[in-house]
Amino acid sequence: MNILFDIASVLAISATLMMIISKNAVHALLYLIASLLAVSVIFFILGAPFAAALEVIIYAGAIMVLFVFVIMMLNVSSTEQKMEHELLKPKAWIGPSIISAILLGELVYMLASPTSHSMLIQEVLPRAVGKLMFSKYILVVDLAAFLLVAGIIGAYHLGQRKKISHHRYLKNENQTS
Amino acid sequence: MNIPMEQGILLAAILFCLGLTGLLVRRNVIFMLMSVEVMLNAAGLAFIVGGAAQGNADGQVMFIFILAMTAAEVSVGLALIIRMFKEFKSLDIDKASTMRG
Repeated sequence: MNILFDIASVLAISATLMMIISKNAVHALLYLIASLLAVSVIFFILGAPFAAALEVIIYAGAIMVLFVFVIMMLNVSSTEQKMEHELLKPKAWIGPSIISAILLGELVYMLASPTSHSMLIQEVLPRAVGKLMFSKYILVVDLAAFLLVAGIIGAYHLGQRKKISHHRYLKNENQTS
Repeated sequence: MNIPMEQGILLAAILFCLGLTGLLVRRNVIFMLMSVEVMLNAAGLAFIVGGAAQGNADGQVMFIFILAMTAAEVSVGLALIIRMFKEFKSLDIDKASTMRG
């Protein structure tokens, strides 16, 4: 089991790295999907099959398809070329990389404690997740529903075309002004 | 099946820092949104690892909430990207650095 975990984590890290440095948006998206699938394998190994299924269905299946649609809608090939030159200069990426490397070093230093907790992994089935979600966390479920409704309304409002006033008084006002 | 908990948290930390690097380095809005996805996914992985260490379902419940939040965030973010592309004819974030009403 340990070797499976190692392989999946190396895959996830390398796919994410390729996502960051790739120049084509569609290639980056495919690398991101590979990274998400590797993380889903890790969820299976850690005994969370419901979370792994949700990762594949919602992350890799729904959210990434939204990205694909938007990339296809916006024809980004003209802006790609300029980005490429900007990315190749080391001045552009060395500062942020140092910052996040320091952050990662701090995290690793905190994790490198002498006491090691080994997880005794047992499967947590969807029944337990559902029972807990609809008893203890029912208020948070409501809040998530509010958030999703707000997201739908916000996306609809932002994606609207130019505003047309159908009301005749407003139309007259616009014509006179 | 004996995986040290530190390995899982370490993987989550590495993925989070990679996403942070991508967010800081790239200037394309789509790449920035994808890096935010990676960071949120790493946060969910940390929750799952914590839940697996305790052996209860709380980690998975929090992962589901992170998933719902990500879905809402991505829908609004992609609508903003489309709006920005219509406005500026570009996906460069530096083009949108001036505030006009």
